[in-house]
Amino acid sequence: MNVKGKVHKFGDNIDTDVIIPARYLNTSSHKELAAHCMEDIDKDFVNKVQPGDIMVAEKNFGCGSSREHAPIAIKASGISCVIASTFARIFYRNAINIGLPILECDQAAKEIKEGDTVSVDFSTGVITDETTGKTYQAEPFPEFIQNIIKKGGLIKSIM
Amino acid sequence: MGMTMSQKILAAHAGLDSVKAGQLIEAKLDMVLGNDITSPVAINVFEENGATSVFDNSKIAMVMDHFTPNKDIKAATQVKQVRNFANKYDIKNYMDVGEMGIEHALLPEKGLVGPGCLCIGADSHTCTYGALGAFSTGVGSTDMAAGMISGKAWFKVPSAIKFELVGKPQKYVSGKDVILHIIGMIGVDGALYKSMEFCGEGIKYLNIDDRLCIANMAIEAGAKNGIFPVDDVTRDYCNGRYQGTPVEYTADEDAVYDEVYTIDLGKLRPTVSFPHLPENTKTVDEIGETEVKIDQCVIGSCTNGRITDLRAAAEIMKGKKVANGVRCIVIPATQKIWLDAMHEGLFDIFINAGAVVSTPTCGPCLGGYMGILAAGERAVSTTNRNFVGRMGHVDSEVYLASPAVAAASAVTGYITDPAKV
Repeated sequence: MNVKGKVHKFGDNIDTDVIIPARYLNTSSHKELAAHCMEDIDKDFVNKVQPGDIMVAEKNFGCGSSREHAPIAIKASGISCVIASTFARIFYRNAINIGLPILECDQAAKEIKEGDTVSVDFSTGVITDETTGKTYQAEPFPEFIQNIIKKGGLIKSIM
Repeated sequence: MGMTMSQKILAAHAGLDSVKAGQLIEAKLDMVLGNDITSPVAINVFEENGATSVFDNSKIAMVMDHFTPNKDIKAATQVKQVRNFANKYDIKNYMDVGEMGIEHALLPEKGLVGPGCLCIGADSHTCTYGALGAFSTGVGSTDMAAGMISGKAWFKVPSAIKFELVGKPQKYVSGKDVILHIIGMIGVDGALYKSMEFCGEGIKYLNIDDRLCIANMAIEAGAKNGIFPVDDVTRDYCNGRYQGTPVEYTADEDAVYDEVYTIDLGKLRPTVSFPHLPENTKTVDEIGETEVKIDQCVIGSCTNGRITDLRAAAEIMKGKKVANGVRCIVIPATQKIWLDAMHEGLFDIFINAGAVVSTPTCGPCLGGYMGILAAGERAVSTTNRNFVGRMGHVDSEVYLASPAVAAASAVTGYITDPAKV
């Protein structure tokens, strides 16, 4: 599977409170959550984001709360993939469990810039910045996690 | 190769003689937890996937604590969904208004978690129960749903950082100061994916509430779990309370740690985290007397809403008044703590000082309700996160501190060393 889109770039320690503020956690509607995605760090994000776009951030992305509403809001906003130097562990689990593709690649996370066009080949883990022409190799998922993804998420893998 | 405390608990629950860091395992769960924010998402997943039964209705806890008593119609609708699910599947530990308290104070208090148990919770501060010698970690709602269905979860066995605590803390240095100091030292991702294992002769000076506070904030260093060995303090707390069978695990002599830190508790000072990350710490000695003016003080939460926390705050506030222009909100974490505090006369102290006392709720900690900040306002708070917008407006600020520092600050109107009040 491949995805391609424009990059929305963020820095270190993007926490789940800015991804989806708790004042919106009185709903589990994906559409309502998506309408407020990243609101407290970039008010205009929901207006700019286009289906297929890619989010790139640096270290410890998704730190803080366990709210699955965070990867749900990102996925429902149209983002096709999140690339970061590192992910906070609960966000990492949640993203895999709900089927939001994520990739850890420190060099790509640092070098790719806001507005670049980036494509990702999930079968090889190769990230291509089409604006600069540079390619990056992301860490592959362990086989155990690849199986969860292949089966269509955690619940389908256990039932 | 030896195992850490965390690795031994995971191995035992996976039916393995040993595990090593990085290994992927499937383990049996003793407790699966959710709250009024995360359970609805888990229930949606459970139902959308056609599940028709739970693995064990006595090993699931659903605690309605974040937006309860319900703050609005949407919150009420979410709790109604969870209540209906709990009724349908006869969930034994469904806790609603009247019985509920803040989940991470309530589960230990009710004896639903204890030494050696393996618990997952759809709340990041589930790591709190490591204070009792449990392996306990936060997960998301889909993991909670899978846990409710199968009674199992997958784990990547964590490596560990060892914190050897030595010495005796000075007056006004609490568990909160210990963990804020550690987070300041290693950073908000300093223990990413790892266990934080606390040990050493200094832990005997930490009461159970201090330990619950320390383990609670392991997640703020990115950790998978925080854990203490079981000693007499733990046994005194859990005996006659823990509903399971306690099993005490100790780390092997040759257990391998990624890093080992020795922390002299005697040298720690009351510590405050400045906005907007828990790692931005300063001791009270590094903060000017009128440097940080506050508008609000919150004393409560799963981190610091326990009885010894309320006693520490009351000791400072006794006979004094909350400064003009400061709102001081005290939130006992459970109904039992509420009653104990009332019977001990702590509410007289708080209310005579001009503070308010709330029913148990997570409320303002996550910017839910019951103490939201306007643009430009600042709070000193005994909670656990000071991210942008955490307690309200994106242009508000949260300073994390112990109950003693928070109470002293409420009295002066500025972040203050409790020794100076």
